Amino acid sequence: MDDAINILQNEKSHQVLAQLLDTLLAIGTKLPENQAIQMRLVDVACKHLTDTSHGVRNKCLQLLGNLGSLEKSAAKDTEGLAVRDVQKIIGDYFSDQDPRVRTAAIKAMLQLHERGLKLHQTIYNQACKLLSDDYEQVRSAAVQLIWVVSQLYPESIVPIPSSNEEIRLVDDAFGKICHMVSDGSWVVRVQAAKLLGSMEQVSSHFLEQTLDKKLMSDLRRKRTAHERAKELYSSGEFSSGRKWGDDAPKEEIDTGAVNLIESGACGAFVHGLEDEMYEVRIAAVEALCMLAQSSPSFAEKCLDFLVDMFNDEIEEVRLQSIHTMRKISNNITLREDQLDTVLAVLEDSSRDIREALHELLCCTNVSTKEGIHLALVELLKNLTKYPTDRDSIWKCLKFLGSRHPTLVLPLVPELLSTHPFFDTAEPDMDDPAYIAVLVLIFNAAKTCPTMPALFSDHTFRHYAYLRDSLSHLVPALRLPGRKLVSSAVSPNITPQEDPSHQFLQQSLERVYSLQHLDPQGTQELLEFTIRDLQRLGELQCELAGVADFSATYLRCQLLLIKALQEKLWNVAAPLYLKQSDLALAAAKQIMEETYKMEFMYSGVENKQVVIIHHMRLQAKALQLIVTARTTRGVDPLFGMCEKFLQEVDFFQRCFIADLPHLQDSFVDKLLDLMPRLMTAKPAEVVKILQTMLRQSTFLHLPLPEQIHKASATIIEPAGESDNPLRFTSGLVVALDVDATLEHVQDPQNIVKVQVLYPDGQAQMIHPKPADFRNPGPGRHRLITQVYLSHTAWTEPCQVEVRLLLAYNSSSRIPKSLWIEGGEMAPQVETSIEGTIPLSKSVKVYIMPKPARR
Amino acid sequence: MPEIRVTPLGAGQDVGRSCILVSIGGKNVMLDCGMHMGFSDDRRFPDFSYITRNGRLTDFLDCVIISHFHLDHCGALPYFSEMVGYDGPIYMTQPTQAICPILLEDYRKIAVDKKGEANFFTSQMIKDCMKKVVAVHLHQTVQVDDELEIKAYYAGHVLGAAMFQIKVGSESVVYTGDYNMTPDRHLGAAWIDKCRPNLLITESTYATTIRDSKRCRERDFLKKVHETVERGGKVLIPVFALGRAQELCILLETFWERMDLKAPIYFSTGLTEKANHYYKLFIPWTNQKIRKTFVQRNMFEFKHIKAFDRAFADSPGPMVRSGLRGPARLGPCLQVVFATPGMLHAGQSLQIFRKWAGSERNMVIMPGYCVQGTVGHKILSGQRKLEMEGRQVLEVKMQVEYMSFSAHADAKGIMQLVGQAEPENVLLVHGEAKKMEFLKQKIEQEFRVSCYMPANGETVTLSTSPSIPVGISLGLLKREMAQGLLPDAKKPRLLHGTLIMKDSNFRLVSSEQALKELGLAEHQLRFTCRVHLHDTRKEQETALRVYSHLKSVLKDHCVQHLPDGSVTVESILIQAAAHSEDPSTKVLLVSWTYQDEELGSYLTSLLKKGLPQAS
Repeated sequence: MDDAINILQNEKSHQVLAQLLDTLLAIGTKLPENQAIQMRLVDVACKHLTDTSHGVRNKCLQLLGNLGSLEKSAAKDTEGLAVRDVQKIIGDYFSDQDPRVRTAAIKAMLQLHERGLKLHQTIYNQACKLLSDDYEQVRSAAVQLIWVVSQLYPESIVPIPSSNEEIRLVDDAFGKICHMVSDGSWVVRVQAAKLLGSMEQVSSHFLEQTLDKKLMSDLRRKRTAHERAKELYSSGEFSSGRKWGDDAPKEEIDTGAVNLIESGACGAFVHGLEDEMYEVRIAAVEALCMLAQSSPSFAEKCLDFLVDMFNDEIEEVRLQSIHTMRKISNNITLREDQLDTVLAVLEDSSRDIREALHELLCCTNVSTKEGIHLALVELLKNLTKYPTDRDSIWKCLKFLGSRHPTLVLPLVPELLSTHPFFDTAEPDMDDPAYIAVLVLIFNAAKTCPTMPALFSDHTFRHYAYLRDSLSHLVPALRLPGRKLVSSAVSPNITPQEDPSHQFLQQSLERVYSLQHLDPQGTQELLEFTIRDLQRLGELQCELAGVADFSATYLRCQLLLIKALQEKLWNVAAPLYLKQSDLALAAAKQIMEETYKMEFMYSGVENKQVVIIHHMRLQAKALQLIVTARTTRGVDPLFGMCEKFLQEVDFFQRCFIADLPHLQDSFVDKLLDLMPRLMTAKPAEVVKILQTMLRQSTFLHLPLPEQIHKASATIIEPAGESDNPLRFTSGLVVALDVDATLEHVQDPQNIVKVQVLYPDGQAQMIHPKPADFRNPGPGRHRLITQVYLSHTAWTEPCQVEVRLLLAYNSSSRIPKSLWIEGGEMAPQVETSIEGTIPLSKSVKVYIMPKPARR
Repeated sequence: MPEIRVTPLGAGQDVGRSCILVSIGGKNVMLDCGMHMGFSDDRRFPDFSYITRNGRLTDFLDCVIISHFHLDHCGALPYFSEMVGYDGPIYMTQPTQAICPILLEDYRKIAVDKKGEANFFTSQMIKDCMKKVVAVHLHQTVQVDDELEIKAYYAGHVLGAAMFQIKVGSESVVYTGDYNMTPDRHLGAAWIDKCRPNLLITESTYATTIRDSKRCRERDFLKKVHETVERGGKVLIPVFALGRAQELCILLETFWERMDLKAPIYFSTGLTEKANHYYKLFIPWTNQKIRKTFVQRNMFEFKHIKAFDRAFADSPGPMVRSGLRGPARLGPCLQVVFATPGMLHAGQSLQIFRKWAGSERNMVIMPGYCVQGTVGHKILSGQRKLEMEGRQVLEVKMQVEYMSFSAHADAKGIMQLVGQAEPENVLLVHGEAKKMEFLKQKIEQEFRVSCYMPANGETVTLSTSPSIPVGISLGLLKREMAQGLLPDAKKPRLLHGTLIMKDSNFRLVSSEQALKELGLAEHQLRFTCRVHLHDTRKEQETALRVYSHLKSVLKDHCVQHLPDGSVTVESILIQAAAHSEDPSTKVLLVSWTYQDEELGSYLTSLLKKGLPQAS
């Protein structure tokens, strides 16, 4: 560092100077504790601030931003240096002649803020001046700075120039940033629109101005289309066809009162949403969403604008606005005319848009029964046009029904087409549209006990059928003359009080407490507990993850115990090849199960990972012992022993912090004997291992807080088709795969599609990251195309398609360990170590035809 | 004082016949050369005799700039260049250059073939005129001659519409032409940088209007069309061939695409087909969406929109939807048709209208303004029974809708543009006087710049104070730098040098270099001044006193006492002599060169105050 500073003093070239300062910056950031060095560097930076080259000044400011501090205490021990007010120094460069330096100065200021220094309020005025800078990067940075200051001092009062009034700083800043939404540069516009969303402290008065735009025509006040729609609605009329002059301007406006350059917030969002760049529009929609979430009254007001965005020309914007609407749907009720527009989007040919809209409808409040009817009609239309939307539409109607039971009630006779006197024909039970209607009605009936009285006989029959076949969509109803089948669990019981959870806890404790039971008893207990847990998982879906997880662990333990009970240990090796098969298989299965435990559950914490790895280590030891006993000759054993010892070593290094928890365990003992093992001959090692494996205790598996088993269902292909997919051999055919994934973390990297051909050939396909959509937390949707190809067949045959979870056990280990480990190559991370089947396989009937010559 | 003079020959407090003369820095530029749609006599073209009564216009105009292809901005071009006579360059953007002759030809055809006018420009003239055109790119700076340069900015409005900056030296004028500050389905929004021109000439069609969001209108339009089509009705959209027609096509095309609709849309052939071809070519001039997606597919290559055949109009239309599924149609069905002209006064659109007017299932959508007396105006004002030629009465049962799709900036947009460009003065054209008045007042109030709105033929003169750039020789600059002190932007600084004005460029060089360049000998200029001092002592002593006094006062300068009794301060010589008449008065002779004027005059004033009393 001293060298660098010395060179700095004699150096003339600006470029070299800038580079040297860069070096100093790197040094400074590496030594964050050393105050003296930092002070010295800041001093150097200040000296070079007067350099003529912008590059040098830039770097100086960067250095100041990263290293400068305000704390006076630090200045005390370095008395020689004057206490510098870094903020003041940086602030002076806000008016530098070079725009790059100005930008750097603002960035440095932001950097100071990021490092936790409190910026002075005086900066606000300086930053406001920079908003009218000629250069976009300066303006963009200034907008950020203003935002930061407004978050720091929201409540302080600033005067309005040219009048005596005073307003809150956050309101003033809001107004200024709003003004930047109509800036000349789109970069600034995006920046401004984004920041608007996070200014929640702004007063509602200002907030509502952002949606305000006074229209006029020839100096006469005109109503916006939104206002007209609202009036039509409130006057009870339906929008009749537009007439010439329907929007004729009304009252005259006083010319003096019109303000064409809106001061402050007026119409910021109106502009932002109409911007020519879709980036700005998306940012504006996002901001609207965030503000609307924090202010219900604003949410109500911005509704019209959001609905308008449903017709944007760019799909991303449409999608974003639909998502936004869903997020704020708690605060709003859709008017009928708005609903009409929303529903029109159902015909969109993009699947994403339609599904987003279904999600939206799930949580929308509708105000009238006509609205419900309209929604149903449009959804059914959607269903006929795009039959693949079936599931999504049913789900949507389920929520629509359960949210609006009173609105559905008057519609029931019409929907079921019942007649007071005549029996009507029984509708087709397999018609998706009819099912859709029933789903709506049954869900409404759940909270509306009078509704079942309106059902006709066949409706009850259909209910019974649907309750069984589509139980996730049709709730249990309290029907007259029937007993309620399943008792609803009241949801407000906390997990601890929940009896089933208690049961789980108890049964696990029982297993762990009885450690030194005779082998036979232990085995039996384990078997029973595993059975109990599995059943519990089936019954209680919220406990399924925990139950399965523990059951798997217990099964591993059981397998291990069983393997150790084998007779083979007592007899001379060569005689019992058959038994050793069993032991080997057990070892293999334990390994598989441990991989499943590690990778198929979301929410697994480090303490569980240790236990799992420990179990795997035991399995490996078992494998080693069995092989040692069954193979003759020592040579192959050498390699295996070496490998095993490496694994142990690796285990120790990875989980060094957790070792104290593993008292008395296999590893614990193993590590004690490690020095001996390293030097021992393979035969001896095997012997030691064998005794230790027998002596090791059963480790207690702590239950994680939240654990869910990853699962996947392939929706498409359904596997029911009898018509083979014909294609010319040697060419490819694209198969649409649509699957939902639950509780899969990072599916983009780990979920693969496997295709198994009848000849045993297996093919793994990596879906593109863009094929995964994330409709909700913990849920993913994979919509992709799989290309199949094969040589010509004589008969159509079935291929199996399933989803796999690719894992790599080393990827869990933090990277720094790798570097210390030295001999391990870090690129292992991307490779696939093995796969776990994630979904049931689906059969697809295909027929590659020979090519015609 | 340098001036910028602006004279509108058309479009001054008026819409139509845009033609504005600008004199800036000794250059004359004509902005636009349009015709007026309201007149069919001589008034339809600007009065070019204002420029010169006799003699060719080429001598008086340095260049002509056309902002876009609408006829009220370029309609008089062949008349002006071929019939009046102009051979100088005509600047326009490439799309304008491509589409302009099509429109001019169409205009000519209607005027000559249909109305039978004589003394009109011919097809050949249009061709000859277009040969004089020079195409410019967006943001390309074109040097018209050594001093005059022009630069085009994107203006929205129609394909290829541009705003032009005209610059001479440091004086500049921006002419907006027609522009649109809100993007539409096929074009982006106008944009200009902070060029701070001396004058901004802006259109003001919608000076007193603030418009609603375009989305509502678009949505209504699409909904109407969609509903009618679903009902099995037919939709007629009368449009003009260029501009809005393409926007509506894109709008419907994307909607059809999105909603996966199958009903075909037809477009009347002819002019529009040709124009569509150019729209396909000039993708960089369109909006973000079209630019981004054109790699996959050019949005103007319509999938659902097809060329129209006259026989189609009689086809029965779609079968009324019965319980049966599947297409049970015979021949092409006609459901949505764009037809020209836009006001339903003649041609294809009127023909189709007559055929369809009888059914209440059908609909006609008027996307623009209709002149009084046309069928379009009549039906829009609610007339349900129309008298056609031959005493026929046509009953209009079809629905009539009006949607305004206009591509001019509204009052807010104009203010926004003024704010972006930060001009020193604003001049309003292309609008009605009464509306301009309002906007003028607003501009003056909000931006505190002066605003003008001349009528046709009225000249506005602005005096400017352009800053004159002067080149400084490197030697001089380095010498000045060597004296220390970095240049400070805020403080004026004194500098010695020689200003050479040669061929209208200015250079600042050191005097030695100037002498060398001009081949002049150096003359020494010395000032001599006598200062009378009351001192009874001898000359030498006086000199000594002067020396010590100056030494104490002028600490920064080198003061020397020479052996011959004279004192020097730098190069200034001071000699003391006894007064010839009054021996008690000494005369101090101060002599300095011109270069030391500052110090010399300071010295004399110092000496005139007298010496301090002897100590």
